[in-house]
Amino acid sequence: MAFLEVRDLSKSFPSPAGVRHVLKDVRLDVEQGEFVSIVGTMGSGKSTLLSLLAGLTSPDGGTVVIDGKPVTGVRVDAAFVFQNYSLLPWFSALENVRLAVQAAFPDATAAEQIRRATEALERVGLGNAVDRKPRQLSGGMRQRVSLARAFATEPRVLFLDEPFGALDALTRDTLQQDLAQLCAERERPVTTVMITNSVEEAILLSDRIVPIVTGPPASLGTPIAVELARPRTLAQLAHDEQATHARAHVIAALTASMQRRTRPSSAGSTATLTSTEPAKEAV
Amino acid sequence: MKRVINLLLPLCGIGMALAAWWAASVAVPDLPSPVRTWDESKLYILEPLAYRGESDQGILLLAYYSLIRVARGFLLGIAIATPLGFLLGVSATLTKMFDPIMQVLRPISPLAWLPLGLVLFQKSEPAALFAIAVCSMWPTVINTMMGVRAIPQDYWNVAKVLRLSRTTTFIKIIVPATLPYMFTGYRLSLGIAWLVIVASEMLTGTPGVGGFLWQEYNSLVYAHILLAIITIGVVGFALDRLMGLAEARLRAS
Repeated sequence: MAFLEVRDLSKSFPSPAGVRHVLKDVRLDVEQGEFVSIVGTMGSGKSTLLSLLAGLTSPDGGTVVIDGKPVTGVRVDAAFVFQNYSLLPWFSALENVRLAVQAAFPDATAAEQIRRATEALERVGLGNAVDRKPRQLSGGMRQRVSLARAFATEPRVLFLDEPFGALDALTRDTLQQDLAQLCAERERPVTTVMITNSVEEAILLSDRIVPIVTGPPASLGTPIAVELARPRTLAQLAHDEQATHARAHVIAALTASMQRRTRPSSAGSTATLTSTEPAKEAV
Repeated sequence: MKRVINLLLPLCGIGMALAAWWAASVAVPDLPSPVRTWDESKLYILEPLAYRGESDQGILLLAYYSLIRVARGFLLGIAIATPLGFLLGVSATLTKMFDPIMQVLRPISPLAWLPLGLVLFQKSEPAALFAIAVCSMWPTVINTMMGVRAIPQDYWNVAKVLRLSRTTTFIKIIVPATLPYMFTGYRLSLGIAWLVIVASEMLTGTPGVGGFLWQEYNSLVYAHILLAIITIGVVGFALDRLMGLAEARLRAS
């Protein structure tokens, strides 16, 4: 049994034009310590999927099981990084991180909580910006605080919702490396599910990439393994044969599902078909 | 040059208002002219804290009585309005339940509440506080409610993801996020409280600027009516400015 198991997950939302089925028959297995990226275009339902996995919203049907326990709400040992930082503007960087530490370690003394929060900020290179408010920080620094907040609670599961989507390309590169570093440094393995629309980012960070089969309703395609040594760099990925292979594979999977969508007559049935295939094929 | 003009323009406006006042005083013989008003009022202004008897006091002393009454009524009002606003902001059910009542109670004039207050409390002072509180609380209720509803989904997500308790969410997220809206509510509420004070003092005959105005009208000293009116305006303006400063401070921090 996988560490994180998703079975037959479906979700729909009421809309003015009737019920909108966003996700259907979603199936996914993530092993402990694995980094899995779910890649899809904007509006493909990937954020909805992540909130379901994290327990932020509940599904209409199907189950999410993490470490043998069905997900019914946000887990104690889970952390989340949002695309738009989601920092509280009235708190300093330290206070933002400390709020998470406080919630995760309520029995720790104030000094201990501050120490943990400070350490987490130092690890992302913000040791001398602890007292700054989010509005005094650049976008990249804000997302670093957000990463620090996630890692400060020593999570076992990490959910990343397009963590670098709002950043400029250069900042994004450095933050991706920081994230890889943070994941590697951990003593306890952290199981990560990341949502992204960047194939390159997915290849750089993931063990496996799962393309979204565009809907609606969307489901997940066959996972593609990324068997590249770490640490990886973007420069190396540009020429690596394995990386090129993975890239071609992911893009093919994504465009195939996009093309299906442009032919509405067969859209629904094809999407469902793809996802019922065994999802572990490429592991 | 620009600064001089910026200073001169309001003075021009004041001058024109004084001219209109003077013209009206020529047309209506009972209305004292600006000069006569000054002559008959200067004792009150030049000795603003003098106490010459219950019905004859310096203007600042009178304003002070009114301000104390306003402060008490206003504090009572927002002490009820703030929690109410939070509750209505958080709960859609409560909003549906109480919105119609609020919409009906809101436009009721202080003059209508005051007799009810007198019936309820038998004395003029608590009746005045009741009228102030019940009239001035609505902007605070509504602004606080709006503030809670305007909290971005991001902040709720933070509370959810960090599994913050209800108390922690309230203290660390809901209150700070709502604070600017709350203060706008307080400012509007204080403005209304100051409007109500005059009416309630006139009806109950308690000492204060409004009570003074009514008493001088009954004693046919019309210049003092104008003195009281100007005082009410100036104090109200000052109160609004002070609250505005507090609000700006808060937004900047």
